[in-house]
Amino acid sequence: MKDKKDIYGLMAEFDNPQAIVDATRATYKAGYRKVDAYSPFPIEELSEALEFHPKVQYIVLCGGIIGGLLGYGLQYWTSAVDYAINIGGRPLNSWVSFIPITFELTVLIGAFSGAIGMLILNGLPQPYHPVFNVPRFSTASSDRFFLCIEAIDPKFDRRATAEFLKSLGALEVTEVEP
Amino acid sequence: MSEFASGYLVAFFFWFSISFGCLGILMIQHLTGGHWGFGIRRPLEAAAKTLPLMLVLFIPIILLSHDIYPWSHEAEAAQLGNKAKYYLNIPFFVGRAVAYFIIWSGLAFILSKFSLEQDKTNSVDSAIDVAQKCRNVSGPGLLISALTITFASVDWLMSLDPHWFSTIYGILTIGGCLLNSFAFMIIVLSQVGNREAMKGYIGSKHFHDLGKLLLACVMLWGYFNLSQLLIIWSGNLPEETIWFIRRRGGGWEYVGPALILLHFAVPFFLLLNRSLKKKPHIIAMVAGFLMVMRLVDLFWLVQPEFHGGVISPTAVVVTIVSAGIIGAIWLGLFFKLLSSNPLLPLHDPYIQKEAIVHGGH
Repeated sequence: MKDKKDIYGLMAEFDNPQAIVDATRATYKAGYRKVDAYSPFPIEELSEALEFHPKVQYIVLCGGIIGGLLGYGLQYWTSAVDYAINIGGRPLNSWVSFIPITFELTVLIGAFSGAIGMLILNGLPQPYHPVFNVPRFSTASSDRFFLCIEAIDPKFDRRATAEFLKSLGALEVTEVEP
Repeated sequence: MSEFASGYLVAFFFWFSISFGCLGILMIQHLTGGHWGFGIRRPLEAAAKTLPLMLVLFIPIILLSHDIYPWSHEAEAAQLGNKAKYYLNIPFFVGRAVAYFIIWSGLAFILSKFSLEQDKTNSVDSAIDVAQKCRNVSGPGLLISALTITFASVDWLMSLDPHWFSTIYGILTIGGCLLNSFAFMIIVLSQVGNREAMKGYIGSKHFHDLGKLLLACVMLWGYFNLSQLLIIWSGNLPEETIWFIRRRGGGWEYVGPALILLHFAVPFFLLLNRSLKKKPHIIAMVAGFLMVMRLVDLFWLVQPEFHGGVISPTAVVVTIVSAGIIGAIWLGLFFKLLSSNPLLPLHDPYIQKEAIVHGGH
């Protein structure tokens, strides 16, 4: 019999969104933590059931603040310090006219931080992932929902975990090759 | 007397902006659909139906017009020439106000009548027919309302200085009306959301959606105000800049920055928080705070044109007291109208199913 390290994990298949949300909640409640769920479309409750707390918004916030400061700083330095020029009697630090560029750079750097931060956090692009070793997994892009408990989870036990997943109403439980 | 008249104008416009804003949101909701409007449909209708009351409460403004509007004096009218002869004169001013209120009240009552008709429908098909009738009224209604409120904001607020003009003023007023109305609706829903009739239908999802719309209105307010300032700042023309110059002394120099901070920055960062928007009582507190800021913003729009450009404590007291008195009458009528009909439009063919699925969470 193969050792527990010989497989990546166990994958359960479901055919409707409510079933996978319920199964994920039960899995989390049972103490499994190295769990991931796959769905053809976003399900808000699923992220909640996985207790998945995204962190990308903090990266966006930092990027936005940096962008805003850069945008204002650039204009302040060029118009009030490096090449101070009186335009129509307005103050050199003409803050009202600086706002559009400050806003644009806030959005620009914030959006870039969001896109790049998202790629770093989710580990994409990833050329190989064991879940694709399950032939039926391709249906996760059309009409099936999958829940995978990874073998590195401390609670993982080949037989017990498989039984557990079956008890959640999985249509099929498959071992995932590493 | 100008303290009383100008304070009353601020208080009047504050409550009027909820009546009118709710009519606007109601029409937008009929056109766009979406379950965010499911729980507030009846409160919106009740608030819009207070518009005839606002016409009655407009009478003091007509009676006090000599204390409010400089163009109502002959000397000023002579200086304004044709502007006063053909537009800014009391008979036409009153006629226009009556016409606005007839149009708005008509829209409010027609939409409310259709909505109640829908409650009595027995089949999905007939309910869809009624929904189509609501859309047919709301499309043109929204257009007419946007145009009439633009004229109304020029008549009632912008003409306080008949020489000054800002082309964004109408849309600025619309933004204020929407913000005030969304804030008010969040508070109403947080109060009636626990009632038996609402159980299982209203959940944190609805507050989350309304909170997002409130955030959008806060940003809209900031955006419109910045646009006005930016254009006047860039143009640098004396006849336009006078409006801001008047607000740079007499105590107003503290009100402007306070508005940027408390009407925009603080609520903006608060409303970014997702979990805050999902908690009915907390989002209601933010909404209540924004309603207070709406009153301050209206005070800032109106009052610097009076009392020699200095903040008048008497006018502050008059504004608060009259906002309280009008508010008591307004809310009395609002809750009477709200309780006279079922709290939820349960026969709505589009949002019923969705609301039942997503409610409760």
